Amino acid sequence: MHIYINGTGCISPQETALGGPLLATPREYEQVRLATVDPDYKQWIDVKQIRRMSRVVKMGVGAASLSLEAAGITAPDAIITGTAYGCLDDTGVFLTKMVNQQEEMLTPTAFIQSTHNTVAGQIALLLGCNGYNNTFVHRGFSFENALLDAIMILKEGSAKNILAGGVDEITNHSFQLLSRFGLYKKTPVKTMELLNSPSRGTIAGEGAAFFTLGITKQPGAVAELSGVSTLYKPLWEGEVIGHIMKFLEDNNCTPADIDLIVTGRNGDIDQDEIYEEVAEALFPDHAEASFKHLCGEYPTAASFGVWMANAVIAQQEVPEAAVFFGAAPEKIKKVLVYNHHQGTHHSLVLLTAC
Amino acid sequence: MSEKVWIAGGGVISGIGLDIPACIQSFRDMTPGMTAMQHLSSVHRNTFPVAEVKADNATLADIARMPENISRTALLSMIAAREAWQSSGLGDISQYRVGFVSGNTVGGMDKTEDFFAAYLSDPRGGRLQNLVHHECGSITELVADSLGVRHHISTISTACSSGANALMYGSRLIRNNIVDVVIAGGTDALTRFTLNGFNTLMILDQQLCRPFDDTRTGLNLGEGAGYVVLVSDSLAARLQPWCRLSGFANANDAFHQTASSPDGTGNYLAMKGALDMSGLQPQQIGYINLHGTGTQNNDVSEGIAINRLFAPHFPAMSSTKSFTGHTLGASGGIEAVFSALAVKEGIIYPNARFEHQMKELPFAPVTAFSTGHDLQHVMSNSFGFGGNCSSLVFSRAS
Repeated sequence: MHIYINGTGCISPQETALGGPLLATPREYEQVRLATVDPDYKQWIDVKQIRRMSRVVKMGVGAASLSLEAAGITAPDAIITGTAYGCLDDTGVFLTKMVNQQEEMLTPTAFIQSTHNTVAGQIALLLGCNGYNNTFVHRGFSFENALLDAIMILKEGSAKNILAGGVDEITNHSFQLLSRFGLYKKTPVKTMELLNSPSRGTIAGEGAAFFTLGITKQPGAVAELSGVSTLYKPLWEGEVIGHIMKFLEDNNCTPADIDLIVTGRNGDIDQDEIYEEVAEALFPDHAEASFKHLCGEYPTAASFGVWMANAVIAQQEVPEAAVFFGAAPEKIKKVLVYNHHQGTHHSLVLLTAC
Repeated sequence: MSEKVWIAGGGVISGIGLDIPACIQSFRDMTPGMTAMQHLSSVHRNTFPVAEVKADNATLADIARMPENISRTALLSMIAAREAWQSSGLGDISQYRVGFVSGNTVGGMDKTEDFFAAYLSDPRGGRLQNLVHHECGSITELVADSLGVRHHISTISTACSSGANALMYGSRLIRNNIVDVVIAGGTDALTRFTLNGFNTLMILDQQLCRPFDDTRTGLNLGEGAGYVVLVSDSLAARLQPWCRLSGFANANDAFHQTASSPDGTGNYLAMKGALDMSGLQPQQIGYINLHGTGTQNNDVSEGIAINRLFAPHFPAMSSTKSFTGHTLGASGGIEAVFSALAVKEGIIYPNARFEHQMKELPFAPVTAFSTGHDLQHVMSNSFGFGGNCSSLVFSRAS
């Protein structure tokens, strides 16, 4: 069975919500925390509702809407989201009030919207969609689990069109706290220099990327979602390399069939080492594109990577801002997205031009 | 793809017992788990009864063989997951391709909320140790690592249906030959965050909850964890499985972020979908483990949906939340175990404190514990915020 990416939508620290050529005018930052470039949410959401919605809900609903519009689908059969952090802003609001007010005089809005499946629920509510609705919240696998669930359901035949996506927000609290864990650079680095910066730490990001997947090819489709796989806490580099080989084999291809690898390099010298090892072992002469200098690091950032890979296939060209190494062949047919989150969560997504 | 998925075992820890035999004994003795709070520290301690697991973290850590300072949610999860695994008779876990799919609603919030008090007074304050397992997925990983599960690990958070949705995803993982065994269910410890959240919604009962009773005025929160062990056809052939997970469905009510639609659209679609997948007619269901929270809204919507689907052949029904309280992300897992066990042992669970017939409904829940029933098919309902409605059907081996 073929599973087509019939439409995509992305809201990110780049101008991805506007359409037009991919990363034609990349936004360059010199900061350790990137925020989304927000489209006009009024085109999808009632003004009164917008005021009550947190950013993560808005960006999720926005990216989902873009994806459905691109696919020409108004009512998907299922909605599946992946979000590691969930609705951090509302969680922080409720938690802060609860502590400061000693559990008294609290109001329900923030609590209601703090639930991890708020984005998926809101999309269903806006679309009036009674179909299957699920939310995966497993750290660096959240988005990949959502894709896998969608693939399994499409194969089962109980749905024809599924909206699946990844979304995470960063808030003042989460940025401050994740900084205390030492995740980020101590000093700002320029966007185009991040991936070669010789230090530990990365930059914080956020965003939403959604995909309308279907078993019938729609006019907007340029790629098939050929496969998804995750690898939890590999014991050593060899296990990652073996896992990638096995994944390619399962998808009836070899490294030679891959035209472009898209990697989750994030500019942390320790974390980027595995990408070097993998490239050296399996893809020494392959063109490599990267994306976390553009969207920042977050547990569902792979969704931006997959969105970018799909756009690269559409344009048959890797935009300069995304090039990490080499030049892609004239025809870009198979793109392998390899990402890891904090060294513990490795994932592979294979797209094939259709 | 059409491969059958079996329940090879289960484990539960809840306010009515630290393992399955203890829980069953509580049903038999008609002793619900709600009391005044003993372990959760809250200003509402004397206002809202809760069904706490009757053990402090040190005791739970001993049973779980995990550090005492980690989230109670992980400790509960580990205890139930290990009981589930051991009951399956599968033996050495490293011999199989195993998945662990666990639902929870607030991850390590019990530790985060302690951390936040110190952090809010000083941004550099609070011990990071208390924050490190905040993420829902982190709880799952603590347990997966302790169990030795690596092949597929996932966490689902769809509010009160999380545990049920974990069984659906787990079943699909087996059918798609990604793994051979999945430990699936959910876990949640009581936290001030959820207690206060439900309080703002004004759906907590200050008395003991009365699901499906006309005088019901809200739910009691509970805590716990429950997991089943799902296995493939080929593995089931050399075990003595409890029953089959013959059908399941999730549907969205698409009505309101927290409230159910008056006609229970999502509830109906979930139950109907689960029946359709199992290839059953409504009258073949022998018992329904209700979502039955005891709120005005849930019980009438669920009841109306049941009426629409099952009338005039109503199966026996009860809400075990009248004993365990509403364990949120764990409830779908705990009630899946109770339902699977109902098929295996012919048990119909009692609905405590039912006295007054709901005027909207033509049926009433069962009020006494009984065994020896010939239950061929049992349904379990779990409905959550975000309109998330899930139903599971368990069927006897045939």
